[in-house]
Amino acid sequence: MSLLELKDVHAYYGNIHALMGVSLAVEEGEIVALIGANGAGKTTTLRSISGLLHPRSGSVTLEGKEIHHLAPHIVHHQGLGLVPEGRGIFANLTVTENLEMGAYILDDKKQIQDNLENAFTLFPRLKERAQQKGGTLSGGEQQMLATARGLMSNPKILLMDEPSMGLAPVLVDQIFEIIKELNARGTTILLVEQNALMALSIAHRGYVLQTGQIVLTDTGENLKANDMVRKAYLGA
Amino acid sequence: MRNFMGSVNVRQILLPIGQMAIFITGAGAVCSGVMLVLALLFRGSGADHILQATQGVGILTYTLNSLPQVLIDGVTIGFVYAAIALGYTMVYGILQFINFAHSEIFAIGAFCGVESLIALNGLGALAKASAMGSFMYLGLALIIGMAAAGGMAVLVERVAYRPLRSSPTLIALISAIGVSFALQDVIRLAESMTSGQFYRVIPTFGNFDEHITLFQIGSTVIDIQVKSVVVILAAVIMLVALNYLVGSTKVGKAIRAVSQDKHTAALMGINVNAMISLTFLVGGSLGGAAGVLYALKFTRIDPFVGFMPGIKAFAAAVLGGIGNLTGALLGGMVLGMIESFAGAYLGTYTMGTFGAEYKDMVAFLILILVIVFRPNGLLGEQISQKA
Repeated sequence: MSLLELKDVHAYYGNIHALMGVSLAVEEGEIVALIGANGAGKTTTLRSISGLLHPRSGSVTLEGKEIHHLAPHIVHHQGLGLVPEGRGIFANLTVTENLEMGAYILDDKKQIQDNLENAFTLFPRLKERAQQKGGTLSGGEQQMLATARGLMSNPKILLMDEPSMGLAPVLVDQIFEIIKELNARGTTILLVEQNALMALSIAHRGYVLQTGQIVLTDTGENLKANDMVRKAYLGA
Repeated sequence: MRNFMGSVNVRQILLPIGQMAIFITGAGAVCSGVMLVLALLFRGSGADHILQATQGVGILTYTLNSLPQVLIDGVTIGFVYAAIALGYTMVYGILQFINFAHSEIFAIGAFCGVESLIALNGLGALAKASAMGSFMYLGLALIIGMAAAGGMAVLVERVAYRPLRSSPTLIALISAIGVSFALQDVIRLAESMTSGQFYRVIPTFGNFDEHITLFQIGSTVIDIQVKSVVVILAAVIMLVALNYLVGSTKVGKAIRAVSQDKHTAALMGINVNAMISLTFLVGGSLGGAAGVLYALKFTRIDPFVGFMPGIKAFAAAVLGGIGNLTGALLGGMVLGMIESFAGAYLGTYTMGTFGAEYKDMVAFLILILVIVFRPNGLLGEQISQKA
């Protein structure tokens, strides 16, 4: 049984058929990259997993339990952490408060405190900014905050939507280093990226999404070497 | 952090009290200053002569003597406006629309509180009550008014606003206006079926009408009515509690998170609908309590009692910067103070051309001026845009 599994998921925005039978699986301990062009359905796939969009047919299971019919705040309780597209930082809440919101579903104060300390160890930059409002952080810091916040609830799997978007190249490298580090510490990650080269470099496996369908899947290394992928996404 | 999560954060309690003190002092000082300048300018005018003839004092002395009383009245009504304005601003903060039915939520609070006191009076409980007992009965009326108003606000949101959540806010606004009229008629219907009267008067009980002398200047006694003290104290306690709830508790942070980004908040496991309902409950209860306090201060209420204070509190919320809790507090104080000054001096200074009844006009004049010159309100800059 895979940790997270999508089987033949069909999702719509009104009458627009956005996902046409997407199936994918993430095993425990993996980094899986989902790559594809703008409008291929990457974010829609994440929305279908996180409960913001309910698939019209097909199933999404987390540890074998169906989650595709649940409201987003309930899905989160099942152990799904999310780093949303555009980061979704609460601009008027302080860095610490943003992190506390990440641990909203936890009741154990000791646990929250430990997770907060972990987050600050992982991202010392956030500790320096602990009492600053989220909206005053730079793009890179906001991405760190979104990532740290996604981890605050001890999720079984972390979904990351375009973590490199809008960041300077040096920060992109840094974010991917962090993702590798998180994975090395045992976090399973589903990574959605337009930056295919970077994503495939750190991913164990990858899926290529095209107009709402998975057209290719292989290990990260093989996909990087694949002609079609190179032409379409790597600019070679 | 540890003590932050565990025990009560004293700073969060002192901060709003400090803010209120500053706002009151500031608004009072500015209004008094303007008034004194006007008094100096009006020396020797027709208004001055009339005062000399009728009361034997010049306009400056007259203004100085009445100033403390006007300030006290301004503070009292300012707190009532602030408590109502918070309901508008909280709902605006979380849903970005103006809940025009809030004035009727206020009226429902006033009616339920007053009716429960009338019922208690009918049982003879109020007449026998000791001073302590009468405070407890008033507290009971406040709680009943808050519960009724809070419950109604939650119901209104559930029935009339939630189905329109994904529509443009203009649609919800129209729904709110509809609810406002509907609730006025619900009150009229309920009153005509039960008491048969649209005008209800709060029973006289306890020592709320007594005056406490604060100080004396010459022959002028500056005093404050017990009920004004009650209004101010009750409002301060509620405002501090609200500030603590929103600023320092987990649900308060969740409410703020929802008001900034509903999708992300849901992804963090926050039940967005529950937080919106809670916002209406809290805002509605504050409005209901303000209704009971308003009835205590002005004694008579009718089904349309919510309209004027409601629209003025809305003006106060816009004045302070809508969506901003501190702004609502400031706006309420400023508006209450200006209105109190206008009510006290407009007639005298214009030799009766504009009587005290024109004080209502002042509230709306301010609303228009703010919208034209400072659309974000006095504290509007502090509302940062969504990230």
